[in-house]
Amino acid sequence: MHPLRKQRLIMVSLVVVLSSAAIGLVAFALRDNINLFYPPADVIAGKAPTDRSIRLGGMVVENSIVRSDTDLNTIFWVTDYEASVAVQYSGILPDLFAEGEGVVAEGTLDESGMLIATQVLAKHDENYMPPEVAAALEGKTAPAGASMLP
Amino acid sequence: MIPELGHVALIIAFVLSIGLAALPMWGSVRSSTSLMNLAPTLAVGVTTFVAVAFALLTVSFLQDDFSVAVVAANSNSLLPPIFKFSAVWGNHEGSLLLWVLILSGWMSAVAMFSRGLPLVMVARVLSVMGMVAVGFLAFSLLTSNPFERLLPNVPADGNDLNPLLQDPGLIIHPPLLYMGYVGLSVPFAFAIAALLGGRLDASWARWSRPWTNVAWGFLSLGIMLGSWWAYYELGWGGWWFWDPVENASFMPWLMGTALVHSLAVTEKRGVFRSWTVLLAIFAFSLSLLGTFLVRSGVLTSVHAFAADPERGLFILIFLALVVGGSLLLYALRAPAVASRVSYTAVSRESLLMVNNLVFTVATVIVLLGTLFPLVMDAFSLGKYSVGPPYFNAVFVPLMALVMPFMTIGPLSRWREDSTARWLHELMVPCLGVLVVALVLAFLGKDGFNLWIALAVLLAGWVLLGVVKDLWRRLSGAPDGRLRWRTLNPSFLGMTLAHTGFAAVVVGAVVVTQLNEERDLRMAVGDVEELGGYRFELLSLGQQPGPNYLADQATFEVSHEGQVFAILVPEKRRYFASGQIMTEAAIDASLWRDLYIALGEPIGENAWAVRLQYKPMVRWLWLGALMIGFGALITALDRRYRSQVARHAVPDTGALGVAG
Repeated sequence: MHPLRKQRLIMVSLVVVLSSAAIGLVAFALRDNINLFYPPADVIAGKAPTDRSIRLGGMVVENSIVRSDTDLNTIFWVTDYEASVAVQYSGILPDLFAEGEGVVAEGTLDESGMLIATQVLAKHDENYMPPEVAAALEGKTAPAGASMLP
Repeated sequence: MIPELGHVALIIAFVLSIGLAALPMWGSVRSSTSLMNLAPTLAVGVTTFVAVAFALLTVSFLQDDFSVAVVAANSNSLLPPIFKFSAVWGNHEGSLLLWVLILSGWMSAVAMFSRGLPLVMVARVLSVMGMVAVGFLAFSLLTSNPFERLLPNVPADGNDLNPLLQDPGLIIHPPLLYMGYVGLSVPFAFAIAALLGGRLDASWARWSRPWTNVAWGFLSLGIMLGSWWAYYELGWGGWWFWDPVENASFMPWLMGTALVHSLAVTEKRGVFRSWTVLLAIFAFSLSLLGTFLVRSGVLTSVHAFAADPERGLFILIFLALVVGGSLLLYALRAPAVASRVSYTAVSRESLLMVNNLVFTVATVIVLLGTLFPLVMDAFSLGKYSVGPPYFNAVFVPLMALVMPFMTIGPLSRWREDSTARWLHELMVPCLGVLVVALVLAFLGKDGFNLWIALAVLLAGWVLLGVVKDLWRRLSGAPDGRLRWRTLNPSFLGMTLAHTGFAAVVVGAVVVTQLNEERDLRMAVGDVEELGGYRFELLSLGQQPGPNYLADQATFEVSHEGQVFAILVPEKRRYFASGQIMTEAAIDASLWRDLYIALGEPIGENAWAVRLQYKPMVRWLWLGALMIGFGALITALDRRYRSQVARHAVPDTGALGVAG
């Protein structure tokens, strides 16, 4: 074979092998590792799957944080001013986690509808809202004085 | 008055950059030497005025001029002066000004160090960089003016800098990262200039190569610092999160890695030319994409200072123009510059091609994972997030795939080699490394660990290849003396960078596999054992800082009955913003880090505490340092300088074959 043509053949076959391997890997990896985001209203409406990890976002309900005195368990409620979902987390919460602030919790829903969180993300500074939370809360405002705890 | 002067300086820089973008380019079309000669002067002019604007913004910060909006939003009279200085780029407007400052700095560097290049080349390169500068100066002036005033309602004091950013790491991380990010505009400009001139030969690659290596070296150092900063400042003890913003800087690095290697082939052998040009275009486009992702506020991140759709749109349009324009040019001109040199399947060219393919695929994979949630969201198909498991699952095998070739590459010959020779060269390293890997993997206290065995095997393989290559160069003189002169900066840089890569791999795998972490409640007097170390909480207290009040916990750390460290993690409350910040306490060493961070107080006299034992985590950053410095060293090679002194290759060989 002509050397140039042979060269091209090597190149093309390498590209084909590598890219198909890559596509296979990507498909395999994406299958289990993407998490959908749900606002609390969707979770209460039963739209969120219970067999896999989801992201839940909203505001932490005022006076809803209950910390254990003996270990690191914390339970709090997350709301989008339409519905609220309880979240249980064991571990150290981010510095900017607080009542009345935006939060994204990642984890799976248990039978009682509580989210068992594996990770809790808060915003990074006092003016900043996670975009998903901002979108979920768009057009909804906190009813003055009303408690969001069901 | 000072902010207005700064604003004027920025406008002058903008006008000069328009001149730089237009005049020398026009001169190159009309073969007008006088117009082309304007390029270096205009480049230095842009730099001067951007530097003046930057200096004046810095003065506003240092003087606590809270009538300036960015100062009021990001500084405070109590902020220590060094952080007032770094606060200049701890915000959207200021960091964009830094971007432009560094871009113009690179332009001036090209103007100064390219006196030996053909005038038309210099004119085109600087003109292309001028176009980029026009885009970013316009962006700064139109959407993110750093000198905007808050008149007449001047606040009495500022909002303070985000406490996360009040850290020495922030003083150097953004400038270094930007040096790399923006530095990729130089090979981009060289590529565009080459396409415009139809001149794409070995001498072009030789001009472009030192710039690329230096930019890529800075990018490596910048990413390394970012990772280190996240490790000690965010309080989780993680060193890489596959956060979209990290990916934004990692993608140009991956593409740059391919470019650095592809340029080597183009310089030495004259092949892969159009591919090299494409890589240069992509690497810079990914820099711009990163800027878009970080600056447009589409991402949740510590780097996303503010969400403003107008800004995002501006960068998106600019990005489309740059990528679209250069790809169009590429489509029109690339066929004219294709190479006519052959090589065989068993040759250094093929091995470097493997590098290129792997790093390109890695870039695409990271790009996919980063953009997937954004694309799905843009088309209202749901809000997804793609997490570390995806990236690890695809990225780790790719890196493992490239490592076997890393050893053979430097030892192999150009054009044609033989597998028999490879076998002869590498048989001993191969067996040696297998033994070492098996022995080391059994030494862990939890018995055999397959992942560590693999990492040591691959890293050792790379390292032994490096040693073998070094020895091969030094030995072989007829009089038996070592030939030190064969160790030129190019070779030393490569050796250092490859060794660093091996160190990163070992560090990453070991710390991932053997990391021990415990979140728990500890009261005064409580004792906890972790990784063979004993942590005792001695006392709790409070300590005021310049602009914060800190809760402190004092830990005594001992090992085998021997007390060797007192660690004092803090929880700080910053006065101005009321923001809470974790300040981890770390006992660092080459073989392991001990890491303590405070959570929140639990009841009386007790805190939630995170203890971590992180073996060999330092290797990651040491390795990355070696990669970065290795790249910088290569630029010292004499052949890049003698090239300039020789007044370049005559124009006649424009499309000819080199080497």
